[in-house]
Amino acid sequence: MSDYKLQVEAIQNGSVIDHIPAHRGLKILKFFKLAQANEKITVGLNLNKNNGQQKDLIKVENTFISDEQANQLALFAPGATINQIKNFKVVNKFKVQLPDAFVGVLACPNSNCISHNEPVKTQFYVNNRTELKLKCHYCEKSFNRSFFNELD
Amino acid sequence: MNNPLYQQNIISIADLTRSDLELILETAQSLKQTPQPELLKNKVVASCFFEASTRTRLSFETAVQRLGGSIIGFDSGGNTSLAQKGETLADSVKVISSYADAFFMRHPQEGAARLASEFTDIPVINGGDGANQHPTQTLLDLFTIYETQGTLDNLNIAFVGDLKYGRTVHSLAQALSRFNCKLFFIAPEALAMPDYILEELNDKNIGYSVHASIEEVIDCLDILYMTRVQKERFDETEYQHIKSAFLLDAAMLNNVRDNLKVLHPLPRIDEIAKDVDDTPYAYYFQQAQNGVYARQALLALLLTNHFQAKV
Repeated sequence: MSDYKLQVEAIQNGSVIDHIPAHRGLKILKFFKLAQANEKITVGLNLNKNNGQQKDLIKVENTFISDEQANQLALFAPGATINQIKNFKVVNKFKVQLPDAFVGVLACPNSNCISHNEPVKTQFYVNNRTELKLKCHYCEKSFNRSFFNELD
Repeated sequence: MNNPLYQQNIISIADLTRSDLELILETAQSLKQTPQPELLKNKVVASCFFEASTRTRLSFETAVQRLGGSIIGFDSGGNTSLAQKGETLADSVKVISSYADAFFMRHPQEGAARLASEFTDIPVINGGDGANQHPTQTLLDLFTIYETQGTLDNLNIAFVGDLKYGRTVHSLAQALSRFNCKLFFIAPEALAMPDYILEELNDKNIGYSVHASIEEVIDCLDILYMTRVQKERFDETEYQHIKSAFLLDAAMLNNVRDNLKVLHPLPRIDEIAKDVDDTPYAYYFQQAQNGVYARQALLALLLTNHFQAKV
């Protein structure tokens, strides 16, 4: 804990997304449009972990990450934790969990998939949790994360 | 007894269990032996081809008529409101399916049949959605194998030709993975079976092997499933060099098993020489005819709860 305090300032109320793999922090900011609200955001990039590896960290004041957002976070940072802070104290802490499916979050990378032209929400099933492979409900093609522009 | 496919959709082979497949094949066999010309009397079936297809459409429409049903629909998307006025597929399906008892469709985009099934309460049958699925072709292939071998278990089945782009061979290999067959893949390196299919076979412990020519395995086969290696995918010299490994002629059939049957989704060009047609192993034209029975079986099961296969 003392390391974090030295590296990133504490927040009074809000959420801390911790254990984000290095280089994914800015992608998460962009994907969740966190910076578009006017709340104060502190971002730590390439912070040193005890094990010699690096991680990113995001602190958002006065914002609580919804369960749905927490699920979506798993697309970027399967090992991330979310700390909810009230009055400088952690009142809730949980790990993000990859859900069985993502509805209406990602566009299908297959340009010939019917979901692009029709009044439906896209739907992807997680069919490989370790490599993160997602299978489109409509065109039945499977893609790994590098195929999705939103995750880039 | 209720049949589990009554009022269901047929979108993807992956949705069907082994027992669903067996029920369809038994029903196809029953309808081939004992025609039911009044089974679909007073039923209207929509046959909607948003992309043209000759064999699939004629075979399906024959199936409807042989069961006494009637057909509405169109044979290409060009003249529909969808194409001309920009109507969504979802709206087209809602309207057309309000006229009919079942909706058979082909569409150039992947996922179209799945989407259609979400906008109607009547059964949707996928007659091909882009490069994705063509389950009625797979069912007629399975029916032909079942009919000629009396089983779908413990068979040696070879796939020859373009195994990379052919959705027919992908779907058939996936369907056969529910049975205990050994699969042999014979294709130019550039047109080999995709990794995701091989992974699925590995997951299900299905034995398979890859070979450079038909002759390596032909004498131990029960089914030889030929497909066309498209010339366009190679330059001329390369094509001339590789094509001979993937062509079949009658002389290659001298020492094969008596029960061997040669299948092909058709059209064939030169991958099966004409002299094979006169051997007892050629079965591709009967296979095409079986498309009518396989599609009749689906219609019978989706639209009648009481129909009992008599085999």
